[in-house]
Amino acid sequence: MSAQINIHNLKKSYGDFQVLHGIDLEIAQGEVVCVIGPSGSGKSTLIRCINRLEAFDDESEIAVDGIAVVPGRALAAVRAEVGMVFQSFNLFPHMTVLRNVMLAPMRVRHSSVKDAEARARVLLDRVGISEQADKYPENLSGGQQQRVAIARALAMEPKVLLFDEPTSALDPEMVGEVLDVMKKLAGTGVTMVIVTHEMGFARQVADRVIFMDGGNVIEAGPPAEIFDNPKEERTRSFLHAVLDH
Amino acid sequence: MDLFSTFFNMPVLLNSLPQLLSGLLVTVQIGITSIICGLIGGLFLAITRLYAPTIVQVLVRGYIDIFRSIPLLVLLIVVYYALPFVGIRLSPFLSAVTALTLVSAAYTAEIFRAGIEAIPHGQFEASAALGLSNRHTMVDVILPQAIRIVIPPLTNNCINVMKDTALASVVAMPDLLKQATQAQALSANPTPLIGAALIYLILLWPMVYVVARLEKRYSRGR
Repeated sequence: MSAQINIHNLKKSYGDFQVLHGIDLEIAQGEVVCVIGPSGSGKSTLIRCINRLEAFDDESEIAVDGIAVVPGRALAAVRAEVGMVFQSFNLFPHMTVLRNVMLAPMRVRHSSVKDAEARARVLLDRVGISEQADKYPENLSGGQQQRVAIARALAMEPKVLLFDEPTSALDPEMVGEVLDVMKKLAGTGVTMVIVTHEMGFARQVADRVIFMDGGNVIEAGPPAEIFDNPKEERTRSFLHAVLDH
Repeated sequence: MDLFSTFFNMPVLLNSLPQLLSGLLVTVQIGITSIICGLIGGLFLAITRLYAPTIVQVLVRGYIDIFRSIPLLVLLIVVYYALPFVGIRLSPFLSAVTALTLVSAAYTAEIFRAGIEAIPHGQFEASAALGLSNRHTMVDVILPQAIRIVIPPLTNNCINVMKDTALASVVAMPDLLKQATQAQALSANPTPLIGAALIYLILLWPMVYVVARLEKRYSRGR
């Protein structure tokens, strides 16, 4: 079976500074992958390349469901299949929560208002904020906003969901509610690639944990292996720094 | 008393009032037409300047800089008196609207550009990640937010266009100012000019007030 996300020799530079040094990665359908590593290791850049929010070198190849992630018409098709949740939520502040969730299905999938609204209400219920549907994002807590952002991404019925440090901008007491929603999503068949600093969550939910440093994948494997028995010295020292204090 | 009968001569004012009001109508027609055309042109220029291929961007930037530099009166006289030499003959009304629109579009473009650039990058990224087309990103996400930011400066620009319509009197357009100067000549009394000045004030003062209110409102919260 071919992988759902194929990343081959992924390189990316900002001017003279190379952020990603030729990464190879295959992610299977329905797999939950957590990407961990120190800041500046390139983990956010890696997942932002998957839907090409970041351009990458011409020699690099990424394919989602067999469709090459290259500029042009095919890119819209890829982006419609790949949902993304951002650290800073990026909800549309001039629309109600409900409209935020309805917009993309109506514009990209040409859903009717009725269908889009019905689906949005189901999704908002699923992430536990159906009562806030008619409020504007600024009137919601950070945790609620991030759950709306997840519902907005789910509204496109994506095959892949990318999470770019989804809990890093949240007050500590709101982290749990967002992680709970993500845990429920894991195992529903949607492929999830999650950049996170929540090691407990990664250990519990991930099928595979990828440790990155300096623009390279240093080590990848099942959570038990990475967390309890890391082979690489850099993985050990990183985990030591984040876990033992 | 002499001053009063010179500048505030009621019989003269009443006599010239129909003429002044017909001039007001022309002024408003020129102003509104130019404002609408300037808004449409300015939005088009702003989006072109931001997203068109580089060569087009450079051309648009040149246009914007030229028409923000050239004095409106000079442009108007060029349009009305010089273009006929190359076979382009515009009526006084069209000359005035053309000159006002060309300049207003340049200023409006800069206002829209600033508004669009003030929208956080994350809004563009969220739209792209959802698969929205560039057009839908603009129409549904970016412009509705940018409009809120640009309403005060846009209203300001509208006031300027309204004021500048008075320049049309130099190309024989029977606008408010032209009617007033003619009425003055006819009655040998400056009261119609004072009347015209008052009408300009009545027309524009409320707009100035609205801008001040809008600026206060939008500078407060988000």
